Amino acid sequence: MKWETVIGLEVHTQLATRSKIFSGSSTAFGAAPNTQASAVDIALPGVLPVLNKGAVECAIKFGLAIGATLNRVNVFDRKNYFYPDLPKGYQISQLAKPIVEGGALKIVVPSTDSGQSEDKVVHLTRAHLEEDAGKSLHEDFHGMTGIDLNRAGTPLLEIVSEPEMRSSAEAVAYARALHTLVTWIGICDGNMQEGSFRVDANVSVRPVGQAEFGTRREIKNLNSFKFLQQAIDYEVHWQIETLEDGGRIEQATVLFDPDTGETRMMRSKEDAHDYRYFPDPDLLPVKLDEPWIEAVRAALPELPAAMQARFQNDYGVSVYDATVLTGSRALADYFEGVARACGQGKLAANWVMGELSAALNKAELDIAQSPVSATQLGTLIARIQDGTLSGKLAKQVFEGLWEGAGEVDAIIEARGLKQMSDTGELEKIVDEVLAANPKSVEEFRAGKEKAFNALVGQVMKASRGKANPAQVNELLKARLQ
Amino acid sequence: MSDARLSALAAQLAARQVSSRELAQQYLDRIATLNPTINAFITVDADKTLAEAAAADALIAAGNAGPLTGVPIAHKDIFCTDGWLTTCGSKMLHNFIAPYDAHVIQRFKAAGMPSLGKTNMDEFAMGSSNETSHFGPVKNPWNPAYVPGGSSGGAAACVAARMAPAATGTDTGGSIRQPAALCGITGLKPTYGLVSRYGMIAFASSLDQAGPMAPSAEDCALLLNVMTGFDPKDSTSLDREKEDYTRSLDQPLTGLRVGLPKEFFAEGLNNEVAAAVETAVAELKKLGATTVEISLANSKLAIPVYYVLAPAEASSNLSRFDGVRYGYRAPDYASLDDMYCKTRAQGFGAEVKRRILIGAYVLSHGYYDAYYLQAQKIRRLIADDFNEAFKTCDVILGPTAPGTAFKLGEKSDDPVEMYLNDLYTIPANLAGLPGMSLPCGFDAKGLPIGLQLVGDYFSEAKMLNVAHQYQRVTDWHIRAPEGLK
Amino acid sequence: MSLSPDDVKRIARLARIETSDAEAQATQAQLNTIFDLIAAMQAVDTRGIAPMAHAQEVFQRLRDDAVTETDRHAAFQAVAPAVENGLYLVPKVIE
Repeated sequence: MKWETVIGLEVHTQLATRSKIFSGSSTAFGAAPNTQASAVDIALPGVLPVLNKGAVECAIKFGLAIGATLNRVNVFDRKNYFYPDLPKGYQISQLAKPIVEGGALKIVVPSTDSGQSEDKVVHLTRAHLEEDAGKSLHEDFHGMTGIDLNRAGTPLLEIVSEPEMRSSAEAVAYARALHTLVTWIGICDGNMQEGSFRVDANVSVRPVGQAEFGTRREIKNLNSFKFLQQAIDYEVHWQIETLEDGGRIEQATVLFDPDTGETRMMRSKEDAHDYRYFPDPDLLPVKLDEPWIEAVRAALPELPAAMQARFQNDYGVSVYDATVLTGSRALADYFEGVARACGQGKLAANWVMGELSAALNKAELDIAQSPVSATQLGTLIARIQDGTLSGKLAKQVFEGLWEGAGEVDAIIEARGLKQMSDTGELEKIVDEVLAANPKSVEEFRAGKEKAFNALVGQVMKASRGKANPAQVNELLKARLQ
Repeated sequence: MSDARLSALAAQLAARQVSSRELAQQYLDRIATLNPTINAFITVDADKTLAEAAAADALIAAGNAGPLTGVPIAHKDIFCTDGWLTTCGSKMLHNFIAPYDAHVIQRFKAAGMPSLGKTNMDEFAMGSSNETSHFGPVKNPWNPAYVPGGSSGGAAACVAARMAPAATGTDTGGSIRQPAALCGITGLKPTYGLVSRYGMIAFASSLDQAGPMAPSAEDCALLLNVMTGFDPKDSTSLDREKEDYTRSLDQPLTGLRVGLPKEFFAEGLNNEVAAAVETAVAELKKLGATTVEISLANSKLAIPVYYVLAPAEASSNLSRFDGVRYGYRAPDYASLDDMYCKTRAQGFGAEVKRRILIGAYVLSHGYYDAYYLQAQKIRRLIADDFNEAFKTCDVILGPTAPGTAFKLGEKSDDPVEMYLNDLYTIPANLAGLPGMSLPCGFDAKGLPIGLQLVGDYFSEAKMLNVAHQYQRVTDWHIRAPEGLK
Repeated sequence: MSLSPDDVKRIARLARIETSDAEAQATQAQLNTIFDLIAAMQAVDTRGIAPMAHAQEVFQRLRDDAVTETDRHAAFQAVAPAVENGLYLVPKVIE
């Protein structure tokens, strides 16, 4: 039987506010336990929540960025359950009237076989504001668990997709696109190690052609794209195998173990969940007025999708290149800086995605930390364009820039990397090479094209790479005619 | 204390006829004498009280006194009070020293009013007789065999027994007004949102409201001036211009239209109470008021609606009492889950558990629409009845409770019988309207009878005016129980 | 409608309140008298009536995004049943 995979993602993004969603505690990561847990965060008797405007604004930004409906009146509900990292015994969330509904995200799925990428639109169900829980620390405190409530009350936007993804590759492409977007518009720092962007994947399989969905299992808390891919691949494999063996899939929540690469059922006995949602009486309905929404809209940066289209138009880069170059706002801004400085979009894309990316990867640096500025790289490309540098020389100049040896022209000057423009000097070298390689000359004249290339190589070598290859070709041809 | 009106005490303090310390000491002495009988206080801390009184004396000496600086007050043990045991009448918080002050406490501190201690109450404010307190029942000062009402029973009893000149209370379904009626004092539940709920341990958040309890309406007006005010820490606190609630106390009642809801004078009302209320109506007419019959047709549904909504909110509000961060934790348990279940089974009393279970049930899967949503819809119908009524009257008048105080133990085995005590008080909570109770007589057993006024939103000054004018021509509020030892 | 002892056990479980079979029996009887009282609500036609969740028809006030709290964990943990190294201790949590 042929099986089809169905995946929907729920992504918890921690919003990049200074203070928590319902209290004035700091949201900074990494503080000593419970030092950022206020009376409200630890749910002392009598305390009350007051909503952070910054968190609401983040949700508005997101809603606008994905073309969703912003519910002008939205409501906070209580989700009731007991857990030691949930101090109130309920989580303040949004159920019936979330702030954001609908919207869509364009993703580009790299194809494994053809190298051709594929466009797809994933629709979103909703995005709602809620508060994060604290952390349970399981290292041994005499057989006890330690509870740190610093994270409790950190604002989250839970972004729920429709079950429209059909492979782990699509799920990863969606998660990446979402990650790009939320960091792009500045509502999330995107730091997956610190838990700022956590993915739950709802995975089911069904026979190809079957209309109804299979029973899904939810893989909780995936904190890297690699784990997302591995977890889904394992889960899909497991579900298909189970079904083909005549088994049934029970709806369940599972955890992914990166060490074994397997998913497993959560051990905590979850009684049939009955969260007893009801509107939080401590919070009033939230109203979004038009002037506010319009002000947020006006302040939004150009979004990745719009920028991709513009890069293709203005700089003639491919769909794929445009997608890569808009992987983050910093990268996109960098590329555009290079392209503007040199006026050569395609070449700029090649350098940014090639030489620069490789160097950054090797040094484990972020684009924002690049030792070579966009203007410097642009100037470098301009020097290739005006014939000052060959591609090979340019790489040497790039190395100089990377080492901080100065500006482009200064490096060319100091290291003598200028392409040879003096024809007389080059003619002299060519003559010397021809004289020294009679055998090659003879072979060429006998019709061996390869011998010509060998001669070019000799000339380039003798010029220590500074000769203009096109000019060398020309001169050699003239001499050998 | 010959004249214990707050205005009189303030005048004596201002004239240096008495110091705040002396005044506080007099009340502390009376508490020491009477509390073993009445059990109105859970916590008394003379050192703290006297230190606060000394600070008030310093303010007075420096000429920085406000209208009530130096006048002591007792606080319901539902208000978190920094450094004070704050129990909410529960074993669950038997050891909870609050690390912060409720907004109400802050305001009284800022006004320079020393705290006489924390008053007894029904556990988590759930009860109408004060018998659900973990710290034992409060006795009615008029007859210690009878209940003082609840949940602010300790507050009402301490004021009635003159152990404090004034007290704070809270009212979710009648918890200020019903004990005020049963103890023969004046108590006011303000419009929802006028007094901050921050630091007041939540029972039912959409209904809870704090208010003053004292012998007279004038006292309540002065206290309301201290208690009310916008608080950015409470999202439901209303940002309104500050009012002086004493401003219209002395206005005549000529032309006042008093609405008499026919449903409040129907079956179930004790004859003596009915007679006393009718006499009070006649008194108001003499003062120039006219009466108009009104109908609050849906108010008969107030109890069913309340016993869905309040337990639903309470079941969630009380989830934080889990033995993890403060309060009671069961001594023995086998696992985390076992710790939760035992802590909550042992820490909460029977009535609280009952309401938590009702609340969990009405919110649970499959029942939400039939119970919770239906109750919220009827809540609107009840509020709409009031809106309609206030088109034809300025204030609504009726009995506060269907009867006078009942004997300890008389209703404690029958929750429904107990709940019916709040028949007339609950509608104002559901609508969010201000309500007050004032004494209007005694029954044959010598137990006080309370009269209820319900006003339109933000009409506290008008209600206090009506009550004050009534109290100028009657002396029910001045009477105090005699023979207390 | 009336609750069964199993219903009582189920909701006591949801509310994390340990309840023995005998307690469930007693509680069941009391809860049923209360639900009889509540039943008066069911006959009311509320079609078209908007539920009333709050006493005032006002909207949520929003707080500026600013850090206003300081570290008070020592004071807060002074009243905690069990703490170590600044952490609240609970019986082992199993995921």
